[in-house]
Amino acid sequence: MTVQLDFMAVLRDWPMLVTGVVWTLGLTAVAVVLGLLVAVFCAWARANGPRWLAFVVGAYVELIRNTPFIVQLFFVFFGLPAAGVRLSPVTASLLALTLNLAAYGTEIIRAGLEATPRGQIEAGLSLAMSRVQIFTHVILPPALKKVWPALVSQIIIVMLGSAVCGQIATRELSYAANVISASTFRTFESYIVATAIYLGLAWAVRRALNWVGPRFIFGR
Amino acid sequence: MVDFTLWDILRNLLLAARWTVVLSLIAFAGGGIVGLVLLSLRLWRERSFARLFNGYVGLFQGTPLLMQLFLSYFGLRLFGIEVSVWVSAGLALTLYTSAFLAEIWRGCVAAIPKGQWEASTSLALSFYEQMRYVILPQALRIAIPPTVGFAVQVIKGTALASVIGFVELTRAGNMIANVTYAPFTVFALVGMCYFILCYPISLYARFLERKMNAVRR
Repeated sequence: MTVQLDFMAVLRDWPMLVTGVVWTLGLTAVAVVLGLLVAVFCAWARANGPRWLAFVVGAYVELIRNTPFIVQLFFVFFGLPAAGVRLSPVTASLLALTLNLAAYGTEIIRAGLEATPRGQIEAGLSLAMSRVQIFTHVILPPALKKVWPALVSQIIIVMLGSAVCGQIATRELSYAANVISASTFRTFESYIVATAIYLGLAWAVRRALNWVGPRFIFGR
Repeated sequence: MVDFTLWDILRNLLLAARWTVVLSLIAFAGGGIVGLVLLSLRLWRERSFARLFNGYVGLFQGTPLLMQLFLSYFGLRLFGIEVSVWVSAGLALTLYTSAFLAEIWRGCVAAIPKGQWEASTSLALSFYEQMRYVILPQALRIAIPPTVGFAVQVIKGTALASVIGFVELTRAGNMIANVTYAPFTVFALVGMCYFILCYPISLYARFLERKMNAVRR
C-alpha cells in the first residue's frame, strides 16, 4: 500500500493557519506579560513578604507545578462556571496560561533574587533608597538577567503548551489544524504542517526573547 | 437519573489513575532505554551523531507534545497500522521522554571534568572501559535528581493522551464530569489526584538535589 501525502490541500487553507499563528502568539504574549508581572510579585512575596503570604504563594506554586496544564485549563473552563464564573474560551485560556507561567516563573525568578549579594542591598540603603526602589533598581534587573535563559525556555514551553487550548475551541494553531483536517480529510498532513510551524515559532520566539531581554527588560 | 456520591466519583477516578501510572511507567522506561541508546551513540561517535542527536532533541523539545501524540495516532493509521491507543500514546510519550532524558544525561556527562577523560585515555582504557569505570559512575550520581524531577513532567504529559482517547485520569474526569454535571468537583479531584502522584516525587527530587549539593560543599 502506498501512502500519498498532499500538503497542498492543507496549505491552501493558509489564512486559517495564519489566524492560528496570530492567536498562538497573541495568547502567549499576553500570558507572558501578565505571568511575569505576577511571578515577580510572587517571587518577592515568597522571599520578603509576610509569613502567611509566602505560604499562600508557596502552595499556589506547588499546586500548579504538580498538576497538568490540561487539567488546570479544564478546571478553569468547565469547573469555574459551576461556581458562577463563566469565562469565554479565550479568557479561560489566558487565565490558565498566565497562572501556569506565573507559577514556574516565580520559582525561576526567586532563584535569581536569592543570588543578590548582601552588599548591594546595603549600598542601596546607604544611598537612602526606599525598599521598593532597592527592589526595582538594585535587586530585580540583575536577577532577571541571570535567569533570563531559564525564563525564555519556560516561555517556549508555555507557548507549546497553549496547543491544548484548542481543546476548548480557542482558535489557535492546533485548533486551525483540527478544522483543516476535518474539512480536507488530510489529517496527518494538517498536523505535520502545524507541528512544523510550531517548531519555527519556538525558534523565532527564542531568538526574539534573547533580543528583547537585554534591550528592554534588564539592560546590558 | 443516577445520583453520584463523592465517593463514587473518587473511586472511578482512582481506578482510572491506574492507567495514568502504567502509561507513565511505560513512557519512562521506554524513554530511558531510547535515551540511553541515543546518548551512547553520541558519546561513541561524537562527530557523526552530534547533529542527529541535537536535531532529535530539538524536534521533540520544540514541538507541542499534543502534536506529537496526534502525529503518532494518525500517522500509524495512515500507514495502515491499526493499533490500539495504547501503542500510539506509548510511542509518542516514549519518544518525547527519550529526547528530554537524553539531553539531561548528556548534560551530566558533559559536567564530568575533561581531565577525567584525558586521564582515562592516557591509561589506555578502551571507550567501553572509560565509560564503565570512569565517566558513567560519576555522571550517574549527578543524573539522578534531575531524572527523578523529570518523572513529574512525564506523569503530567500522560494527561495529554486523554485527547487522543486514552482513558486515563483526565479522560475519566471528562467523562465523569459529563454524566454528573459536577465539573467543579470532578476537575478539582482530578487535579488533586495528580498532585498526590507528583508532589512526593517533586519533594524527593528536591531532597536528592540538596543532599548532593551538601556533599559537594
